Amino acid sequence: MVIECRHVWNYISDYLDGALSDEIRQTVQTHLEHCEICSAILDSTRNILILTADDRVFELPVGFSARLHTRLDDELQSRK
Amino acid sequence: MGRQTRNRSESEIITAILNGDTELYHELIRPYERSVYVMAFSYMKNEADAEDVAQEAFVRAFRNLSTFRGESKFSTWLMSITINEARSRLRRQRPVRMESIDTPPDEDRPVSPALLRDWREIPSEALERQEIREMLQSAIDALPETYRQVFLLRDVEELNVNETAQLLNLSISLVKVRLHRARMMLQRRLTPELRLANRTAKRRWFQWS
Repeated sequence: MVIECRHVWNYISDYLDGALSDEIRQTVQTHLEHCEICSAILDSTRNILILTADDRVFELPVGFSARLHTRLDDELQSRK
Repeated sequence: MGRQTRNRSESEIITAILNGDTELYHELIRPYERSVYVMAFSYMKNEADAEDVAQEAFVRAFRNLSTFRGESKFSTWLMSITINEARSRLRRQRPVRMESIDTPPDEDRPVSPALLRDWREIPSEALERQEIREMLQSAIDALPETYRQVFLLRDVEELNVNETAQLLNLSISLVKVRLHRARMMLQRRLTPELRLANRTAKRRWFQWS
């Protein structure tokens, strides 16, 4: 089965999650082997997801942890 | 104490806390400080409120620890408390805006990705640059609210589809649709930006070396 680029784009997310049926997965894979545009879309998406999942992207405010544990100490004390 | 707790399972730590060793609560939540804050921030949109919500969520989780039944993961339970806390605070702050939070944007039109012929991988070391971190943060911030929450739970907190659906009270298929759209929106915006930043960095490097 041959599919158009636009249809492949709809499958990118499920493809990355390994959530496609064998048949569709095979069709997408075949398309990707021959289509540099769709492969580049897939590679860039995958790359972006690796970057956004990195702990360094979201920094905690300075002193966040110290303030939190102080607050928790108060709470734990009051429960004793 | 830290060394001792590391070998204990989370459920053993919870049991110990419930049996009176409350100090262990500090250890129990340490791995989740960032996740809870990031989730709170995605609702509140400013550091001060996000920090308040995060603190409140951890306190509330402590007070209700005896109701945690272990049917879900502790982290998922904690996340649901965080989301509830953030939502109720938003409701108190601006009761009229709730509609826009719950009304999803147009989900019928497909999101087209940025088209390119090749992609040169951006390694994770690039995140040492503040410019790159800010680029990613603002792209995530710019996602429609309902997409951002699905994206954060799935791709940042790495919850599975079922857990995400349960937490946000959505069907599994809606979680998948929103996740796909969020990812495509990020690809569309970030691909040209990252590419440019990478190119500029290389040029700078070339000049220095």
